[in-house]
Amino acid sequence: MKISMFHLMPYRELPADFERRYHSVWVDPPFWELADPEKVGQYYNWTLDELIHAARCGMDGICVNEHHQNAYGFMPSPNVMGSVLARATNGMNTAIVQMGATLPTTNPPIRVAEEYAMLDCISGGRLVAGMPLGSPMDVNLCYGISPIEQRERYYEAHDLILKAWQSREIFAWNGKYFQLPMVNLWPRPIQSPYPPVWVPGSGSLSTWDFSARHDHCYCFLSYYGNNVGKKIMDGFWEFVSKTGLEPNPYRAGFLQLVAVSETDARAEQEYFPHIRYFYDKCLHIAPELLAIPGHQDYRSLVHSVKNINPDQAQLMMQVPNWKYRDFVENQFVIAGSPATVRDQLMAAVKKLRVGNLMVLLHIGSMPHELTLKNIELFAREVMPHFRTVWDDEGWANNWWPRRLRENGARTASPAKHPNA
Amino acid sequence: MAATSERTVSVWQDKVQARVKIAGSGPALVYLHSGYGLVWDDFLDLLARDFTVYAPEHPGTSAGLPDAVKPLDDVWDLALFYDELFDRLGLQSAAVVGHSFGGMVAAELAASARHRVGKLVLIDSLGLWRDDTPIKNYMVMAQADVEPLLFHDRTHPARKHIFANFEDADSVVRLMWALACTGKFIWPLPDKGLRKRIHRIAAPTLIIWGRHDGLTPAVYAEEFARLIPNSKTELVEAAAHMAPMEQPGAVAKLVRDFIKG
Repeated sequence: MKISMFHLMPYRELPADFERRYHSVWVDPPFWELADPEKVGQYYNWTLDELIHAARCGMDGICVNEHHQNAYGFMPSPNVMGSVLARATNGMNTAIVQMGATLPTTNPPIRVAEEYAMLDCISGGRLVAGMPLGSPMDVNLCYGISPIEQRERYYEAHDLILKAWQSREIFAWNGKYFQLPMVNLWPRPIQSPYPPVWVPGSGSLSTWDFSARHDHCYCFLSYYGNNVGKKIMDGFWEFVSKTGLEPNPYRAGFLQLVAVSETDARAEQEYFPHIRYFYDKCLHIAPELLAIPGHQDYRSLVHSVKNINPDQAQLMMQVPNWKYRDFVENQFVIAGSPATVRDQLMAAVKKLRVGNLMVLLHIGSMPHELTLKNIELFAREVMPHFRTVWDDEGWANNWWPRRLRENGARTASPAKHPNA
Repeated sequence: MAATSERTVSVWQDKVQARVKIAGSGPALVYLHSGYGLVWDDFLDLLARDFTVYAPEHPGTSAGLPDAVKPLDDVWDLALFYDELFDRLGLQSAAVVGHSFGGMVAAELAASARHRVGKLVLIDSLGLWRDDTPIKNYMVMAQADVEPLLFHDRTHPARKHIFANFEDADSVVRLMWALACTGKFIWPLPDKGLRKRIHRIAAPTLIIWGRHDGLTPAVYAEEFARLIPNSKTELVEAAAHMAPMEQPGAVAKLVRDFIKG
């Protein structure tokens, strides 16, 4: 299987009483009261260094994503980060996993096609092209897209991007949301016919349907761990089976928070404040901003309103009072010694049937040095045990850059440069 | 409650099935509802004593027809859609009363299909924007924050039509989807160019405003009055944005006297 390090690039030094004093971590936290651009510059550089370190330690991929107007994770342009990462990891077998540029807000969407093609060219064909629909906060509030049109715009942008990558002829695009007279992309991606596409989602039926129809990898991104994730992924695999697709574990991705130290006790001591910070502050999102009318289409709205799980709602209510033990027992975070993390993560991966795992190794307020340690311990003590997890079933990871599919294969650097 | 009948008519190349509630007798009055969906309440009952009230449900907000909003994309589509709906209902011309979101649609109709609107009543209407008084986005506000903008009396029983009862999944879906379907035409700000077209409104116009409207404060009543040539304004006491729900008797009397006068 393949394991990639995910980074959100949060603001690492919010005040201790942030969640009591401010309405929301997203959309309306006042920048000048809470943040300092000099510190932000330091965070961006640390984030890049941490991801490059992960690549050097042998992680299979490194992931960045796009969000706006928040302290939770603010890389408004993931491709700016991705271009640094692509250049710095040339000569390594690391996939550049962009999770990614938000389709409905990038106008015209061929901008995503162009930038992803640039990244694929710079990296020598190592790009994974994430195609997120975008959160309601980002797309509807920060970027002003009408909620009920968000999904339609997404579908149209997706179709346009895939056509722009592949078409041998110059074409006119007369869409509902986008009109372009002569689409003739320069550059085109190295990967043919196009880079693997991953679709991040949060369990909505419409996204499963879309991923299946296009044979993309569906990634369930959640911070509520694999126990909560199990219900969603069971639903996904049932859907896959009903749709008549192969149950290839690589068509699914999952995000898990992971924290490794020398011992279980030491993990608690080192990581608990940052786990607390993440759940208290980074996820302090005003609920009315998450449930914007129209963000879910009608079918998904009915499904989610009628299937509210009271046990899960009850569980979420208790999180503010949780001790370290609760986060670990509920599997929101898999944390502990290398052996503990190995065992629990292996059980999680198997029960979710996930072939493309993402691990959040920087959590909330984690300082740079501790992040490097988490990365090193994970890459050295945990990851090697997962390489062959699905090999006995014989599936191919069709959603991974072709040049990087063989375990241990080396890719040629597309261009020699002094730092390679 | 007045005996209401319901008609479903086919509009827009048969792509939109429009449901209209009808009650009363007398001259035709078309009522366009707010972003929270059509509620047949005391206000419409009172109007039905003197008028044949036609209350169309905004496309997409009718039970069982959630996709009816899809073929319509902007206020220009919507104004033409209502122009067609008048034909399907056999109405040459009618008095048109619009509240909040419905007020914006009524004003757009009166500015584009002028022969359709004999008299126009705008109640706490959306459609204009002033930088000095930005309109809050009621679709993304917590109930505790939006309630005082909508109701002067925060114990008023009509609040139940606006705030979902989370024990009742159907009411949550109905309200969320009504906001979604009307929101399509006003997102992210309820200004889609009416200011450019408003001078075309020829119908005599009554502007009714809740004195305590916190969503579209009374300065917007002045703005509409300034821009619509033949208009007058009435403020309603002890009412906020949901004036027809909060003071149905007072608002209905103003409407009746204006249209009959």
